[in-house]
Amino acid sequence: MFRIIYRETLATKIHLFKIEAPAIARKALAGQFVVIRIDERGERIPLTIADWDGKEGSVTVVFMEVGATTFRLALLKAGDFIADFVGPLGVPSHIDKFGTVVCVAGGVGVAPITPIARALKEKGNKITSILGARNKDLLFWEDKLRSVSHQLIVTTDDGTYGRKGVVTGPLKELLESGEKVDRVIAIGPSIMMKFCAQTTQPFGVKTIVSLNPIMVDGTGMCGCCRVSVGGVTKFTCVDGPDFDGHQVDWDLLLARQRIYLDEEKRSFEQWQAQMGKCS
Amino acid sequence: MAKANLNREPMAKQDPKTRGKNFNEVALGYSAEQAKAEASRCLQDPKHPCTDGCPVEIDIPGFIKAVLDDNMPEAVRILKDKNSLPGICGRVCPQETQCEQVCSLAKKGAPIAIGRLERYVADWERTNMGALNPGAEPPRPTGKQVAVVGAGPAGLVAAADLAKLGHSVTLFEALHVAGGVLMYGIPEFRLPKEIVQAEVAYVTSLGVKIELDSVVGKVVTLDELLESGYLAIFLGTGAGAPMFMNIPGENLNGIYSANEFLTRVNLMKAYQFPEYDTPVFVGRRVAVIGGGNVTMDSARCALRLGADEVYIIYRRSEVEMPARREEVENAKEEGIQFKLLTNPKRYIGNESGWVVGIECYEMGLGEPDESGRRRPIAKEGSEFIMDVDMVVAALGTRPNPLIAQTTSELKTTKWGTVVADETTGKTMKDKVWAGGDIVTGAATVISAMGAARRAARDIDEYLRS
Repeated sequence: MFRIIYRETLATKIHLFKIEAPAIARKALAGQFVVIRIDERGERIPLTIADWDGKEGSVTVVFMEVGATTFRLALLKAGDFIADFVGPLGVPSHIDKFGTVVCVAGGVGVAPITPIARALKEKGNKITSILGARNKDLLFWEDKLRSVSHQLIVTTDDGTYGRKGVVTGPLKELLESGEKVDRVIAIGPSIMMKFCAQTTQPFGVKTIVSLNPIMVDGTGMCGCCRVSVGGVTKFTCVDGPDFDGHQVDWDLLLARQRIYLDEEKRSFEQWQAQMGKCS
Repeated sequence: MAKANLNREPMAKQDPKTRGKNFNEVALGYSAEQAKAEASRCLQDPKHPCTDGCPVEIDIPGFIKAVLDDNMPEAVRILKDKNSLPGICGRVCPQETQCEQVCSLAKKGAPIAIGRLERYVADWERTNMGALNPGAEPPRPTGKQVAVVGAGPAGLVAAADLAKLGHSVTLFEALHVAGGVLMYGIPEFRLPKEIVQAEVAYVTSLGVKIELDSVVGKVVTLDELLESGYLAIFLGTGAGAPMFMNIPGENLNGIYSANEFLTRVNLMKAYQFPEYDTPVFVGRRVAVIGGGNVTMDSARCALRLGADEVYIIYRRSEVEMPARREEVENAKEEGIQFKLLTNPKRYIGNESGWVVGIECYEMGLGEPDESGRRRPIAKEGSEFIMDVDMVVAALGTRPNPLIAQTTSELKTTKWGTVVADETTGKTMKDKVWAGGDIVTGAATVISAMGAARRAARDIDEYLRS
């Protein structure tokens, strides 16, 4: 059992949990993820590691309520326990001195990208970050990302905060500005990462994305998370989650993410009805 | 000597029509009368070929005699002296190619049903003695710490044997429950999970500490385990990584690896969705590709989950199928249809990315290959299309590379298996042993257990020297 030592609601339906997991906290690196299971009835889902503290022995995850598991998770309080918390899984992000790196975060993607930007900045890279959300209420960690960037551009789809529009707007401008960009890292919804990769492709700038397909075990056992990268099948859990965005078969990823739409809806509604009755 | 009784006692099974709709165990086990009747057929051959045919060297005539004498506690004691997981082995061991194949009555076509008797004794113990320690004296603690990695059949046996020898054993498991393939792979109707957990509880009753949710290679490396005070490590991480054919369309929605399909159904209990949160998609026309036990398990799970038609597509003929005869028969009785000498060429998808068909080749058989079986050869121009809406690829598995990737000095073969001494399981890395599928590639539960037993013996010798 793993104890929740702290929780905070960061934005509408977006929550931060700090979990007591000293062994994982000792080993975690930027870009890795954990697999969690709430209880005996629960499914296993992956969550990217947003932060960790080796001294405190804690690992931080940030998630949005989108389905049964995240809905149930959001009902837990500090002091509660979750059954399983496994990690750190996946290959850590490649951290090196590249030069100028643009970090593009969409929605909840700001959580996993922040430790990556931090590690890249510590390596001596110049970090320009672009943070996008649908609206002001869904924005969080602007300060945190700013503190690990040399420059930060914020966008909202509806213009309620920062620049109006999506993240690919400023990304394209940066690439066109003539400033040399050595690497782009994009983390967020698949569709946003797809469009970031499409934006950078004509400029030939290496673009790393962190994929989020459906997983079960997260250790290379089931193959549920397989994706096609450069025409070769890869398992996101052990070969990724970071891949070259220009090589990813996005349509395949997007199709595979929809496999359980009906079941997810059914499960979510069942839990909402059940928990509604309890309260 | 009295004339040998050649009437093998049959074991009752659930009716095929009924069982095709539930996940309850198919085989129902012997009654006390049946067990005694079967035990009475044993010739008690002093040369005990059966014991020699058993990878863990159970005193088979001994426990059978105890059953006949109505001394069940003694039967349990004899069995558990050599086998910590008898309820499991009695159900899933391929006895027909091991102890029963060399039984003195095998030549007459009626070997003793050793597996059924083993199961009977294990089940008797669980119901009447609580499945825990059959009164063995606790060993004198050696104070030496051993790490066992992977709580599947090999790891459980290595851990149990080392604990019985007085060592302090910690068993690391990546999943949220111990049992490995016995939990995620083999379905409930063939091996009830309650029985697996009862035998895991027996292993912990010996003093073995189990650390779940611990992915060795990620959260801790072998070198870190050795530095932290473990004097020896046994690796029993199995062959858990699924293989695919690398043919077009293999990643379409509705195409599973057998590992994924079985893990969802068995480990995550998707057959009880939405009571359990994990979903599983099951089509109306299902094809399972392969010819092993995992193929049979996947096909029979799909049937139980409501598929109308379930096909097994296998590239050779029935004679070459690696699955146990008994499981092939069970599958046929339940209405699984066999498409033999057939092999997928590519998968066909619809506009939303779901599988709708398989283009298959008809196959012929050529000269025997390195496996000794006749090599399947695609007949050019024989292609035809089968309409399906779900596929399970049961094409075998290979060892998971996570540990080898993070361990220096651990030599692996081109198949990803760990190089280890055939007898002792000693690897090329100091203080590290390995056994089971991680060394041999995918094989049987009992062969993994046999390798674990031999490695535990060698580890014990090393720790005492």
